[in-house]
Amino acid sequence: MAGAPSPQNRPLSPHVSIWRWHVTMASSILHRATGVALYGAALVFALWLMAAAAGPEMYEPLMAVLLSPLGQVALYLVVAALAYHLANGIRHLVFDTGAGLNPGDADLTAWFAILFAVAVPIGLWALLTFGGLQ
Amino acid sequence: MSGPQNSMRTPLGRVRHHGASGEGTGHFIASRWTGIALAVLAPWFVFNAALSIGPSYTSVIDFLTDPVNAIGVILLVTVSFYHMALGMQEVIVDYILKPFTKITLMLLNGFGLTVLAAGAIFAVLLVNFGA
Repeated sequence: MAGAPSPQNRPLSPHVSIWRWHVTMASSILHRATGVALYGAALVFALWLMAAAAGPEMYEPLMAVLLSPLGQVALYLVVAALAYHLANGIRHLVFDTGAGLNPGDADLTAWFAILFAVAVPIGLWALLTFGGLQ
Repeated sequence: MSGPQNSMRTPLGRVRHHGASGEGTGHFIASRWTGIALAVLAPWFVFNAALSIGPSYTSVIDFLTDPVNAIGVILLVTVSFYHMALGMQEVIVDYILKPFTKITLMLLNGFGLTVLAAGAIFAVLLVNFGA
């Protein structure tokens, strides 16, 4: 390969810091961020099941934390993360077929996923508060 | 890093066996089918748990001793933990470049999730069939 440019002389692509935020960029980053957050939530879910099997003396203190104002905020944020990861996951399944990849559709569905993540916890809260199902 | 100029090896010889493993399709398909299954299981659990599990200990026992709920929760744990293992593996290989740290985290990811999943599934069985 005589005459091939050495690695130092290759053009560099513009790095993250100079990019304007796009909703599709945010949707991709959020998918990974919510995935990692849900990983943490699932570990708590496993501990919660084990606490339930261990008996009330283990379960009730954990439930007291989860039902405290801070615990409830955390749980609703987990629901929001789950709703986002679900909506964006379905968006990616559609992308896998090759559909919806043009900028217009990709932007629109990204906004939908973000809106869905806001709407679901509010909807669940409304259902639990005003639904009269309990 | 020894420069290509100093090497007797051809460019092709240097890159051979350093490329893709050729096994990525299995990972891709597994993350998709687990994702599709979780699109049903996760909302099912959140909706039903939020409606029927309250502060009392009896409410969670009543929930987990219903056969449909017990099977659903065991499926949720199994499929979600598999999905998590696949996803976290992608995150690790993207950000962690040091071989030792990367392998350690990947082993921790696999072993940690397997142990917790076993504990969680055993917990559901214990609630149903325990003394």
